[in-house]
Amino acid sequence: MDISTPVVKKDHEVKMSGRAEYIADHPFPGEIWGTMVRSTVPFGKIRSIKLPDLPEGYTAVTADDVPGENLLKVVTSEQPIFAGDTVRFLGEGILMITGPDLTEVKRLAAETEVTYEEYEPVLSLDEATDTCAHYHFTKGRAMDEVFAEAAEVIEETFTTGYQEQAYLEPQGAVGVYKDGRAEIFGSMQCPYYVKNACKQTMGLDDDHVRIVQMTTGGGFGGKEDYPSLIGCQVAVAAKKTGHPVRMILNRREDMASTPKRHPSKITYKVALDGSKHITGIKADILLDAGAYAGLSDVVLQRSLLSAIGCYNIENTDITGAAMLTNLVSNGAYRGFGAPQSFFAIETMMDHIAYKLGKDPLDFKKEYFVKQGDITCSEGVFHHHVPIPEMLEKAEELTDYSSKYAEYKKPQTGRFRKGIGMSMVFHGCGFTGAAEKEFIKAVVKIHKYADDTVEILASNSDIGQGIKTTFAKIVAEGLGIPLSDVKIENPDTDRVPDSGPTVASRSLMIVGKLLERAAARLKAEWKPGEEQEVEEHYKHPDFMLPWDGKAFHGDAYPTYSWALNVVELELDTLTGQSRLLSVCGIFDVGKDIDRTIMVGQAQGGMLQGLGYGSIENMETKEGRVLQNSFTDYMIPTAEDTVPFQIAFIDNPYDGGPKGAKGAGELTLVGAAPAFEAAVEQASGKRFFSIPLTPEKVLMALSEKG
Amino acid sequence: MIEFTLNGKAVESQAGPTDRLLDVLRNEFGCRGPKEGCGEGECGACSCLVDGKLMNSCITPAGAVAGRTVVTLDGFRDTDQYKLLDQTFAEAGAVQCGFCTPGMIMAAQALLSKNPHPTEQEIRLAISGNLCRCTGYNMIINAISLAAERGKGLW
Repeated sequence: MDISTPVVKKDHEVKMSGRAEYIADHPFPGEIWGTMVRSTVPFGKIRSIKLPDLPEGYTAVTADDVPGENLLKVVTSEQPIFAGDTVRFLGEGILMITGPDLTEVKRLAAETEVTYEEYEPVLSLDEATDTCAHYHFTKGRAMDEVFAEAAEVIEETFTTGYQEQAYLEPQGAVGVYKDGRAEIFGSMQCPYYVKNACKQTMGLDDDHVRIVQMTTGGGFGGKEDYPSLIGCQVAVAAKKTGHPVRMILNRREDMASTPKRHPSKITYKVALDGSKHITGIKADILLDAGAYAGLSDVVLQRSLLSAIGCYNIENTDITGAAMLTNLVSNGAYRGFGAPQSFFAIETMMDHIAYKLGKDPLDFKKEYFVKQGDITCSEGVFHHHVPIPEMLEKAEELTDYSSKYAEYKKPQTGRFRKGIGMSMVFHGCGFTGAAEKEFIKAVVKIHKYADDTVEILASNSDIGQGIKTTFAKIVAEGLGIPLSDVKIENPDTDRVPDSGPTVASRSLMIVGKLLERAAARLKAEWKPGEEQEVEEHYKHPDFMLPWDGKAFHGDAYPTYSWALNVVELELDTLTGQSRLLSVCGIFDVGKDIDRTIMVGQAQGGMLQGLGYGSIENMETKEGRVLQNSFTDYMIPTAEDTVPFQIAFIDNPYDGGPKGAKGAGELTLVGAAPAFEAAVEQASGKRFFSIPLTPEKVLMALSEKG
Repeated sequence: MIEFTLNGKAVESQAGPTDRLLDVLRNEFGCRGPKEGCGEGECGACSCLVDGKLMNSCITPAGAVAGRTVVTLDGFRDTDQYKLLDQTFAEAGAVQCGFCTPGMIMAAQALLSKNPHPTEQEIRLAISGNLCRCTGYNMIINAISLAAERGKGLW
């Protein structure tokens, strides 16, 4: 049977019936509540903290109670678990009030008075001067020469806004401390990230920290780094109070104070020769990191490596920096820096095409990469790039070119149509040599005496279906029924560190280890006996070495590809767009379950459409203005239409059954395709997302 | 004391009349179906049926259900209607993270019990108060549509 044939998901029944245990559903004996007192200024020194009278059983937990280091371990360690003497963004956690009654805990937190000596804050990307990461790398000739020889140089600047992950389940964790051992239960993507952070904060060794992922109500990157912070906070509180401490953020607190997609400002300078051919592109990318670096360095790396899009340009010069501000810290969100760049480069290419009087697709076709081409970091696209097949499929499903030609004709009246196409890639897995140098993934398959097996890996099912796809790979490899393969939520006491659930790596990297482990177990299979096999990560030997400082070499072993088409009708009276059709064509190597993959595609594309259109978040004086679902609107069932989804098989040897990274890819192309469709319908050029109806109306009211 | 019918049983709640129905259902009666996603009546994760009508339990005061009938997924999952929805949600791939699912099922039941043969647009409208960030909704709409097709006589 083809591995893509859909099955009922491993966790379907438990979730469907409402029996799945999210952190809010699992009681802990003797538990009490915790809530944070948060900074009310964007930048300042804490002068004084005045607590209200705390009734018996109520406690304030502060930086002084941290047994180990009061620093959160992410890539580096710079953010305090509880603010010490300085706060760097509005919403930063200063201390926690704990106690048995949540309402009382909230009252006491609200009545805690903190005074500050305020400093001048940096409240926008434009004001920022300090970087927490910066890079510069080139391919080909010196850009000064290229520009000097150019017949024409076109420069444009693009901006992108915040995007909130808007997982339906808010962040939450319970900390337990007993017999010198700290345990954290919670909603999370990366149990071993939480474990490493907890060890550092609690001053404990490997054997004295245990992390358990509870069923997780969505993550999308938002539960990559933040669960380490909230986990350390409840662990410290549990040790101080002697009770399990539960902290679940309310939605407003979650939206205002947890990491989101980095706002960006991206400038391109493009050199054209006398025959209107691109000879070079200079890109400059600025990301708003927020108050703490967190994951911003690695997010920036992916932005930079996506800066030239799917185009083979002879000479490129790419610079970028993640800038520190006194705004909420930004972090991981599906796409991880790539959506910003792909919006910008796709729109830039469209704009150049329009300037040259060409149709965007015809123009882009002159530059699409193919196998063997050199990447912007002078790595290689080692594998087949199926852009021609994807374009053919897109024409078949959407009739793109004839619709484009039809909508290009002058339109009059209130409602006008447009169609847009984008082409994007996702570099599969971690950027650079992280798998080899830092992660070093390990998996185990345990065989019980009854000849059933259990997968032991640290990757969390956050809705993406990894329990099912892992189990299918192992069942197929062993030639046993899927029902004989067990997989639980990871518990670090039971599973090895197979790395985090991020970077679209779980299936490709960890799934491959499971495929190998299953093959070995099958060869050594002893009926009726208990057995265990373990596999370790092996770095692909075809890859060019990666130099992280020079930004040179193969940043990724391979790439997955996506083509998105969005067709819409623009109401020129309101600026609102109504989707007419949406199509996504994906090369994810090989889909391990067609229904799961379609689900990833549909969900990712709608998040991408939200990013491009209605999901607007701004700050004023350091405060997040849209901190609830009332103000920060995400698409509803009424905002969308049936999507056409298709896959191009292009198996990659380094992934199980040929699978490549898939989860993030699905989000990246929707915003530029939407933007291109609005441009065609309106006849206007745009440089910024979200492209809200207000922005469209403003452009329509301008002359010309 | 507030008396009402919960999942087919007469119950008495010790809650105050302005306590949130969501807390009463979860904390006093152990119902895990309704979830708190926003606490402001925007996301629908806490949806339950009150006299057959879809309500956000997070913004419903407990006193408002006195003498009325409340159904959550915890009770609804014993019905034949649930069993069919279970099959079609599995087949359509309508469950990802699962956090919106109990609310979506209650929204589906509220719709199908009034309109056993809804159009696609009617389904979209019926679940438009229930946010889902994972699926993009279409697979949920397919699942409800499949249940309507197959549910001859169930609704």
